Amino acid sequence: MLANKFANKFLTALCVDQSDRSDSSDPCNSPAPRYTSSPIVKKYWHVLNIGIQNNLTYRFNFLARTLFGLIPLVAVIYVWRTIFEGKGPDAIVGTYTLSQMISYYLLVTIVDALTAVNEDDWQIAADIKDGNISQFLLKPIDYLVYRLCLFFSGRVTYIAVTAIPLALFILCLRKYFVLPPNWTALGCFFISVIMTAALQFFTSYAMAMLAFWVLEVSTFIFILFAFEYIASGHLFPLDILPKGLQQVLFYTPFPYQLFFPVSIYMGKSAGSDLVRGLIIQAFWVVFSYAIARFAWNRGIKKYSAVGG
Amino acid sequence: MMNPNSPEAPKSSVSDHASRITHHATPSSSINTPHSTLDTPHSPLTRYLGIYSALWKNSVTREMIFKSNFLLWIVVELLWFGLQLSFIGVLYLHTDHIGSWTKWQVVMLIGASSFIQQLYQAFFLINCTNLSELVRTGKLDFLLLLPVNTRFVVSLRQVDLGAFVNATFALATMAYALHMAHVTGEISALPNLLQIFGFFVLCIVGIVIHYSLMFLLASISFWTVRAQGIVWGYYNLFNIARMPDEAFRGAFKAIFTFAIPMLLVSNVPARVLVKPATSLKWSLLLLGMSVLCFAVSEWGWRASLRRYTSASS
Repeated sequence: MLANKFANKFLTALCVDQSDRSDSSDPCNSPAPRYTSSPIVKKYWHVLNIGIQNNLTYRFNFLARTLFGLIPLVAVIYVWRTIFEGKGPDAIVGTYTLSQMISYYLLVTIVDALTAVNEDDWQIAADIKDGNISQFLLKPIDYLVYRLCLFFSGRVTYIAVTAIPLALFILCLRKYFVLPPNWTALGCFFISVIMTAALQFFTSYAMAMLAFWVLEVSTFIFILFAFEYIASGHLFPLDILPKGLQQVLFYTPFPYQLFFPVSIYMGKSAGSDLVRGLIIQAFWVVFSYAIARFAWNRGIKKYSAVGG
Repeated sequence: MMNPNSPEAPKSSVSDHASRITHHATPSSSINTPHSTLDTPHSPLTRYLGIYSALWKNSVTREMIFKSNFLLWIVVELLWFGLQLSFIGVLYLHTDHIGSWTKWQVVMLIGASSFIQQLYQAFFLINCTNLSELVRTGKLDFLLLLPVNTRFVVSLRQVDLGAFVNATFALATMAYALHMAHVTGEISALPNLLQIFGFFVLCIVGIVIHYSLMFLLASISFWTVRAQGIVWGYYNLFNIARMPDEAFRGAFKAIFTFAIPMLLVSNVPARVLVKPATSLKWSLLLLGMSVLCFAVSEWGWRASLRRYTSASS
């Protein structure tokens, strides 16, 4: 959500708090548990657990964000309703009826809750800047996997907190909420959502790597986020844009960060479009992963922990 | 905008600076004229202006430490402004009007909304969000001890200079929108001087509403440690402020007109310029709501301040 991201622009305390806290509750600093089987799984399971506990301390913030986040959502729905009414009965915008348009925004909210990077990019950048990553260089923990676990735990917590208010809200609008056309669409939707989450995470991770070279990364993150916000379909469904613009957009990674899974769910991407889309999405996931790894390896060479 | 990496250093330097100013002012009045404490050498107004100009100097100094960052933030804000405009552009690819609002009238509305929001941001936003930190860390102690009105110094400690730059971009957009609305016949005549004067007055009134409401929310920090989520929730309300009021109906419209007057804040000033026929009653309503909001926020602030117990350190 826009506001959440913008909040970070001024809100530094939260990040600072979390990095402070990671000193005490960091899995790397806590006494090593005795591993009996499959130490790698256990290690990261431990990270996941602690991530969830850490995030739970912010449950009230999550709830406030969700509830306040519903207000602009309602506003946008009102605006579209007025536009449809102004066009007369059975009006269609692009390929959307009013119900489909409202469903679109509800689905965007759901997919966003499932996949959006919350504060991970700021925390990663802060870890690099403050020298917190030094410990990961010394210990058998892969920083990317570690952050991925924290990202996952953040999403789990967020969904746990927001599921009920969000479900109630959708229930109120259920007469506008369309169901997926068939089971294949639903299945592909979930696959696509997972890839969306991966793409979001790797992109943010790669952006945060800028902290190795630049003192202040937040502006760069925001500039990317601005493009992401409009070109991924947060503001409006991308297929109401002029055709030429759409075709260009679909070769960029942006639509696959939000719009694509929603369009699968709504049956707007089917058949060969669907297959092609999934392949392009998978390509972007692999590509962003490669960039993330590459940037880390380059960054580490330059990294010097000052006073660490 | 403060540097997010080291919030501590600049903050303390502000209070140092402010206290130095006031220490300078008070002893001179008591030492030089010991038996005439009633007629102070400075009127309260000039004294507060003096303090405020010191706070300004401090903010300028701080911004100039990170020049490139300062410029980049302006770019970021501009991008987001462009993003809102392109949203409207896309909407009007598919319709001619939202309620009775036409395309360039809505562009004008977005400009007005951004102008108000940027000015609010310039003067108040950082300070409102910092309040919960001041309470949590107990730094409010130092501000309470200063011989100035605490709300004054809490509300106006930092100035966000970049926001002024963005406010001028918003003004330019509005001027262009007015021109285009006139060319396309969406408004019958360009606004006269009285309308323009009214617009700026109502913008100030709108800023007062934003400030009062957000300060009220920030006062919740005295009751719960983690009020920042709520304070930031307010940011979502800016999104409503730039929507044309006629799109809304029912309870939603009533709440955001009479309880949280978001639908008035920028719609009314914009109406004065592009829909002058109906704007007078709206203007009076906006004025009334701003007085009410300010009164409530002052009451909330005083009630909350009484609960302040400082931090344990």
